[in-house]
Amino acid sequence: MRTLYQFNGGIHPPENKEQSTQRGITRAPLSSRLIIPFRQHAGEAAKPVVQAGDHVLKGQLIGMPCGLVSSAVHASTSGTITAIDMQPVAHPSGMPDLCATLIPDGKEEWLPHEAVDYRSSDSAELRQHLRMCGVVGLGGAVFPSDLKLRPLRGHPNKDIGTLILNGAECEPYITCDDMLMRERAAEIVQGAEMLRFMLDAGEVLIGIEDNKPQAITAMRQAVADSGLPFEVVVVPTIYPGGSAKQLIRMLTGLEVPSGKLPTEIGVQCFNVATVYSAYRALAHGEPLLSRIVTITGNVRLPQNLKVLLGTPVQDLVALGEALPDTNHYIMGGPMMGMELASTAVPLVKAGNCIIAASDKLFPPAPPALPCIRCSRCAQACPADLQPMDMFWFSQSREFDKAQQFSLFDCIECGACSYVCPSHIPLVQYFQFAKSEIRAREQDKQAADHARERHEFREYRIEREKQEKAGKLAAREQSIRQSQAAANSGIGPAIQPEIQAAIERARAQAASAEPRNTDNLTPQQRAEIAGVEARRERVRELAKSAVEHTNDHDKN
Amino acid sequence: MPVSLSPTLSRKRARGQTYRCASFKLRNNMGAFFSPFISKPDTVSRIMFRVLLALIPGIVLYVWYFGPAILVSLTLASLTALGTEALMLKLRNRPVAPFLKDNSALVTGWLLALSIPPLAPWWLIVVGTAFSIAIAKHLYGGLGNNPFNPAMVGYAVLIISFPMQMTQWFSPRGLGAVELGYLEQLEYIFLGALPPNVTLDAITMASPLDTLKTRLHLDEPIKQIFAMPIYGRLAGQGSEMVSLGFLLGGLYLLAARIISWHVPVAYLATLFITAGIFHLADPSHYAVPLFHWFSGAAILGAFFILTDPVTSPTTYKGKLLYAAGAGLLTYLIRVFGSFPDGVAFATLLMNICVPLIVLYTQPRVFGKKGKRS
Repeated sequence: MRTLYQFNGGIHPPENKEQSTQRGITRAPLSSRLIIPFRQHAGEAAKPVVQAGDHVLKGQLIGMPCGLVSSAVHASTSGTITAIDMQPVAHPSGMPDLCATLIPDGKEEWLPHEAVDYRSSDSAELRQHLRMCGVVGLGGAVFPSDLKLRPLRGHPNKDIGTLILNGAECEPYITCDDMLMRERAAEIVQGAEMLRFMLDAGEVLIGIEDNKPQAITAMRQAVADSGLPFEVVVVPTIYPGGSAKQLIRMLTGLEVPSGKLPTEIGVQCFNVATVYSAYRALAHGEPLLSRIVTITGNVRLPQNLKVLLGTPVQDLVALGEALPDTNHYIMGGPMMGMELASTAVPLVKAGNCIIAASDKLFPPAPPALPCIRCSRCAQACPADLQPMDMFWFSQSREFDKAQQFSLFDCIECGACSYVCPSHIPLVQYFQFAKSEIRAREQDKQAADHARERHEFREYRIEREKQEKAGKLAAREQSIRQSQAAANSGIGPAIQPEIQAAIERARAQAASAEPRNTDNLTPQQRAEIAGVEARRERVRELAKSAVEHTNDHDKN
Repeated sequence: MPVSLSPTLSRKRARGQTYRCASFKLRNNMGAFFSPFISKPDTVSRIMFRVLLALIPGIVLYVWYFGPAILVSLTLASLTALGTEALMLKLRNRPVAPFLKDNSALVTGWLLALSIPPLAPWWLIVVGTAFSIAIAKHLYGGLGNNPFNPAMVGYAVLIISFPMQMTQWFSPRGLGAVELGYLEQLEYIFLGALPPNVTLDAITMASPLDTLKTRLHLDEPIKQIFAMPIYGRLAGQGSEMVSLGFLLGGLYLLAARIISWHVPVAYLATLFITAGIFHLADPSHYAVPLFHWFSGAAILGAFFILTDPVTSPTTYKGKLLYAAGAGLLTYLIRVFGSFPDGVAFATLLMNICVPLIVLYTQPRVFGKKGKRS
């Protein structure tokens, strides 16, 4: 038996998982219209490579990864792209985003694709393949998986000792990973071996919470059948035990240093659904076109569906048969999910769960009262923070003090809000404080950048002036010399003309038009600076893209 | 993320002002609610209610041993507390209903009523409670913002301003020269009138702690003092039983996780150890540790007063330090100070130290360097 470690804090909200595990995973029928956002991952949105009117095949690339942190987007089925425009998407800001509208032709005609022999390919090639297959973390963070498989920068000799498969699924209601592990255990184990191979990791641990006995049995069986030396580790059910940092702590006893990545301590962690999609990408060459989604809450048929990315949420809700008193929908779990402004938004890679909610199911919180410093939040905090102090300073906008209380170590799990007897929306205060601090830092950077540019410009103008003056002086000198030499040759009549010509040239130089950037309003200057910054960024991106390609050329 | 939370607060006004929007519902710009969508069915009101509930066993024993006058003080304190709270909320432009329902004013009123003699003129508890709520609580920003325990501020004000009335303790049942009937008790509390031929001395006496102190000053041996009828098995006759009642309620608070073990354990342990050291050094002048536990407000303080979340440290280490300091001070004030009991002043003195204690007992953050706490 492996020694398990503990993290402080954590809560035990009602699980409500059994409702949606009564049926197996079923495939959702093809919707009449798919809306595929170009940003379904952390980082830069993919760049559209198709146009309205194009016919696409299932699995065809429609969005090219753009920049280092980015991933590919594909047509989830065959059909016609009818529009590429801004559409409402599931995002906390409620802002629309660039999407492709795909009208399926119903043929599900695949683009030819084939398996990659991962053992004989080099790891940079495999990473590029995963990137072009759009494989991103399906646990919720949707971070491009290829980046997590890169060798450690600056630590070329540091090994990944432990690869962890995250099957904890600690949020209430969500069961998509549970069902995936029950039904696709062998594929997950094969995928884990592929990732282990790419990382050259030592041991592989599969962490599953003890409230999923069937998934545990299935995974254990799959590991035994595969003959691979992986270990399925049963961890206690506690929220947020499925957060990567907390799961790593439970399984290895190590703490990911504040502000660092798990690779620093030789651990890498992938969600089981991500591993499954990596398997599909490598063993079958299939890009990420669908995911398992839990439809639950106030519905008649809670279940898990295999859904094509881009399927409108309303179609899924209809499949679950939401009860009449449903008045809002949540994407994600009840702890960290967000309420959907509309059910017309498409399902994306991050969408692990759709909860139909009613006021009966999730009664609105009573009005917030002042903090009484009962410190229940500190007791519940899995990061050992003091939420009441962070709240105090966030509320009074003393952001530097909030930062001193380790604001940025907050993982926004919501455990503090859950236990708060005053019903203070603590997480929102912390998100607010974080975004304010980030905005301030960005402003400061922009100002520094502008100042540097301005100073450099002043310096350049001054330098050019001096250079010009130097050149002019040299020229005059040489003219004078040649004049002296030719004085005898050129008649005195022509001398004034030469002199006049020199004068004219001088006058012209002096009255030369000022450059059109010299007399601008500060606003215009700021705009120009913005354009310059964007150009610089594009250049950097191009450079990093080149580096990226070089990188795998080398390997 | 375009979230607006109390958007235009200037720094200076931020502290109290945010609660003006106590009835705000957080929504983002699309009108959606925020996560988490579920919460523990725990409210400030319920927590405070359970604290009141935990005081019941002690109150029942109080009535049993000292008669129902305490119920009158509790009623007076409750009414004054609620009235003052409502008035102050109104004056401060805060919503009255949600704050009145939080039960915190009642807790303050009850704790004060249980700390002062029930046989005091009615205005004593009224003045004390009003001062607690208006000055010690609301002038500092109301619920959650007061640095000092309001009930103990009220107690300190009363004992300094009205020392005579504050020492008229009822004799326990069967010990007084004369026993007042219920109506006669009411008559005394509200009208200050005693039945003919009954003097105040006949129905009251000094508290056990007070008696011990005075008699020790007169160089009486401690054994002889404790042989007096007002002393029971542990401490004062009757009052020891009331303390046991409070202990029972305190254990309920611990079991219900309303309070953590840190404060009561550290407080009682320090009091016990300090008293033990003095007792071992000179048994003829210093009472046994258990006497200190069960006399005065020690048990009430350990479980109900020092555990007030608002005025005590938030960190576990801080709670231990704070309670240990209060235990030591309680003993020192009782034995060497000029007041018979030291719980109130010990609490207030330690309240001053809370911000410092919290600052220096911050736990190590997950993933940061340093020792794991």
